[in-house]
Amino acid sequence: MIRAPLVKALGALGSPTHQMASRAVRTSAMVAQTPAKAPEKIEVFVDDIPVQVVPGTTVLQAAAQIGVEIPRFCYHERLAVAGNCRMCLVEVEKSPKPVAACAMPVMKGWRIKTNSDLTRKAREGVMEFLLMNHPLDCPICDQGGECDLQDQAMAFGSDRSRFTDINYTGKRAVEDKDIGPLVKTIMTRCIHCTRCVRFASEIAGVDDLGTTGRGNDMQIGTYVEKLFLTELSGNVIDLCPVGALTNKPYSFVARPWEIRKVSSIDVLDAVGSNIVVSTRTNEVLRILPRENEDVNEEWLADKSRFACDGLKRQRLVAPMVRMPNGELQAVEWEGALIAVAKAVKAAGGQIAGISGQLADLEAQVALKDLLNRLGSEVVATEQGFIAGGTDNRANYLLNSTIAGLEEADAVLLVGTNPRYEAPLVNTRLRKAYVHNELQIASIGPKIDLSYDHENLGADAALVKDVCSGAHAFSKVLEGAKKPAIIIGADLLERADGAAIHATVAEYCKKLKKPNWNPFNVLQTNAAQVGALDVGYKAGAQTAVKAQPKVLFLLNADAGKVTREQLPKDCFVVYIGSHGDNGASIADAVLPGAAYTEKQGIYVNTEGRPQQTLPGVSPPGMAREDWKILRALSEVVGKPLPYDNLDELRNRLEDVAPHLTRLGHLEPAGDAGAAGAISKSIGGGAIDIKLKELRDYFMTDAISRASPTMAKCISAVNKQQRENEAKQSVAI
Amino acid sequence: MLRLLQPVRSIHLAPILRLGAPLNATEIRKTLKFEFSKDNQRRVKALLAWYPQAEWKGALLPLLDIAQRQQGWLSISAVQAVAETIKIDPMEAFEAAQFYTMFFMKPRGKYVVSVCTSTPCKLRGGDEIFEACKKTLNLEHGQTTPDMQFTLKEDYCMGACVNAPVLAVNDDMYEDLDEKSLSKILADLRNDKLPPAGPRNGRFASEPKGGLTTLKIPPPPPGFMMQKLPDPKKKKCQ
Repeated sequence: MIRAPLVKALGALGSPTHQMASRAVRTSAMVAQTPAKAPEKIEVFVDDIPVQVVPGTTVLQAAAQIGVEIPRFCYHERLAVAGNCRMCLVEVEKSPKPVAACAMPVMKGWRIKTNSDLTRKAREGVMEFLLMNHPLDCPICDQGGECDLQDQAMAFGSDRSRFTDINYTGKRAVEDKDIGPLVKTIMTRCIHCTRCVRFASEIAGVDDLGTTGRGNDMQIGTYVEKLFLTELSGNVIDLCPVGALTNKPYSFVARPWEIRKVSSIDVLDAVGSNIVVSTRTNEVLRILPRENEDVNEEWLADKSRFACDGLKRQRLVAPMVRMPNGELQAVEWEGALIAVAKAVKAAGGQIAGISGQLADLEAQVALKDLLNRLGSEVVATEQGFIAGGTDNRANYLLNSTIAGLEEADAVLLVGTNPRYEAPLVNTRLRKAYVHNELQIASIGPKIDLSYDHENLGADAALVKDVCSGAHAFSKVLEGAKKPAIIIGADLLERADGAAIHATVAEYCKKLKKPNWNPFNVLQTNAAQVGALDVGYKAGAQTAVKAQPKVLFLLNADAGKVTREQLPKDCFVVYIGSHGDNGASIADAVLPGAAYTEKQGIYVNTEGRPQQTLPGVSPPGMAREDWKILRALSEVVGKPLPYDNLDELRNRLEDVAPHLTRLGHLEPAGDAGAAGAISKSIGGGAIDIKLKELRDYFMTDAISRASPTMAKCISAVNKQQRENEAKQSVAI
Repeated sequence: MLRLLQPVRSIHLAPILRLGAPLNATEIRKTLKFEFSKDNQRRVKALLAWYPQAEWKGALLPLLDIAQRQQGWLSISAVQAVAETIKIDPMEAFEAAQFYTMFFMKPRGKYVVSVCTSTPCKLRGGDEIFEACKKTLNLEHGQTTPDMQFTLKEDYCMGACVNAPVLAVNDDMYEDLDEKSLSKILADLRNDKLPPAGPRNGRFASEPKGGLTTLKIPPPPPGFMMQKLPDPKKKKCQ
């Protein structure tokens, strides 16, 4: 398993090759770890423009500093330097040969010529070699129009071909590999940049991919027929500079110039990854990551990327009301709203609201306002949290921040599996593990986190042990410069959740460092933090206990509320996008918009508000959730005081001003519940919901409706069955 | 410790390892399950003692070699066993095993005959030697006889250019060949008699055929023709 501390340690000694190797890993990390005295900058000339760079900078980075982009295929700033595509060859004065810019550290006074005759000739030559064994099937290639090879062949290639073998007797051809339901391979197109191999082993932490054979027979693949199954597999599609690895569900669907792109936010986990939604003719075609250093870097987890076909299935397209015969029947909006209003008026204030996993902040505020106007204070989130712990924001946030976890050097995971609950938080932890000597321990069931960690056991009493300082790992945490304890959100739903929370919070006060808050809760629901911020109570049971006459389910699909728990005459109103658990128990269904169809704020697990933008319009008669609530308030006779999104946002600003500063992170104070915690941590094993890859793919209404996610699960199951069969035959 | 290392140093001379394990097609299935033999486990242990545990990866090639010598070729399970031993990912071990042409990823003949056809050997008739091998063994490059006795390879420079043309059979070199000596070697191998390695035209190693022309006397000892240096222990007398 790859781990770089040794290389890093050597890098500090100042040998240029080692510096290079460690920089490969991450430029800023290297700068940060060089001794306190800033190294003297050296001057080089790129196209006769002087540039001051730190020693050890590569030619390519030096050129990038003044905005000169050197073409490349294999180099990627987040991956180790491979230097095998040779596209970045540039001329350096007094050097006998052109040098590979991505791997060559600059020396003082070098004159780099990025556009000289020699450089151009070198590029043209490399391009010619690459194209010699590359099929010219751009017209049927999915990468066409967004292909690095295509673009660079246009910009740097020769204007004519010397390839005369029109019968293609000499052209190389490679068998395609089946690496799973998400990534389609056309291996003949591969130019062997090995970006996918490096991504798999460095970022995803699965060494499944590799290069086999040599010379003309070199291939990218797995060593036995095996699927490339990880929660991050989709990223190799973005990394692939040619059309060798493409998006399987999206194959032959659209060309990049036909689609509209909308910058948005992913809501299928609580990371709040920045995404680009590609749409055409009012249909979401695919989702790509958008760069945001603070949140998702430039990666995207598979569920967020591929579950978008769930947006077209199981949708609620018309309002429905349950008829006396027990069937839901589609009605006009007017009829549905009047039916709901009637029930609301009859309830006389005995109303409750539950906000689910995918609800946006606007709808949550509107629901709360509406219920308050009707005389009810009972609004709760579907997922539980500790009682009385929601007053202090720090209690439910990932206080170390997602980017901050990269700097952590000791982490304790309590009842959480970041790999599947928040894959892009796990990549940060893995990054810290690889480059920062991060020591990780977990309390909970044995899980595979894609890096080595110590499993302390599953007993909840261990939390007390560690937090009292008696456990061996306490020494590690106390000795660390930036320790962090991450508690899973699901764990806090336990009866002794409050005690665990309080114990850890108390211990974290001890571990606290200046500008570093070690207390973290890893949320799993995109809507959770926002709801708690605007004053929702935690736990569906809060609403159930009130025994309401009318219950609003706002996107609440986790199935935590059942008909049996509610009074017989309770009128359940479901507002949401998919026909899932919530709609099945509802008396009235009001079709809402999914996250790609509305402008809504979501607050991620670190407390960062970000907004989605509509890429398509809601299907059929579906409307944006807050508009439904606004219309309902009119019918009920207690109109909400906002008619458009701006006015609603103004109202939101009154409630929680920090939530309207989009993209901005408001630091929270120390964690700790207000009330004294009397209960102690009970024994019993800690369990995690998402233990294996197969648990990861379907966690909410959208991914449950997605056929691609279903295929992923069956692929994982198939692979496991095959492995078991192999073991039993014992060949 | 030294005693432990002894067998490793002479790994190529260890009699069991001299020849690949005999293998026929029916045995392939059996060998698919791989485990280092007792002796080899000892060798592996001695080898790994050379490396700090963090750098066990460095023992990858020698370990693959031991595995190949035990099994005759490298099955995927053998590569996996090596990867497990040195705690690296199987794909990494597999990449290395695939890359080097002296690792056989498919069952090979008992005797791998590689004929050099690089420039010096080609000038001295290496091509003819290869053609003769092809004809005698009825094989093409990279093929194996059905009785799993021979695998034929056309190979690149083996570093014995002064004795061109040469061919190698497993670990042994046969040099200064002509077609007559070649057919004898192949006939011997077919009968499982391993002919002595070395030149076939009567000379010793790479000495001139007609006897030595230079270096006839033992070389002078160290310090020969060197200026006499004053002994630092002795005091200089003025």
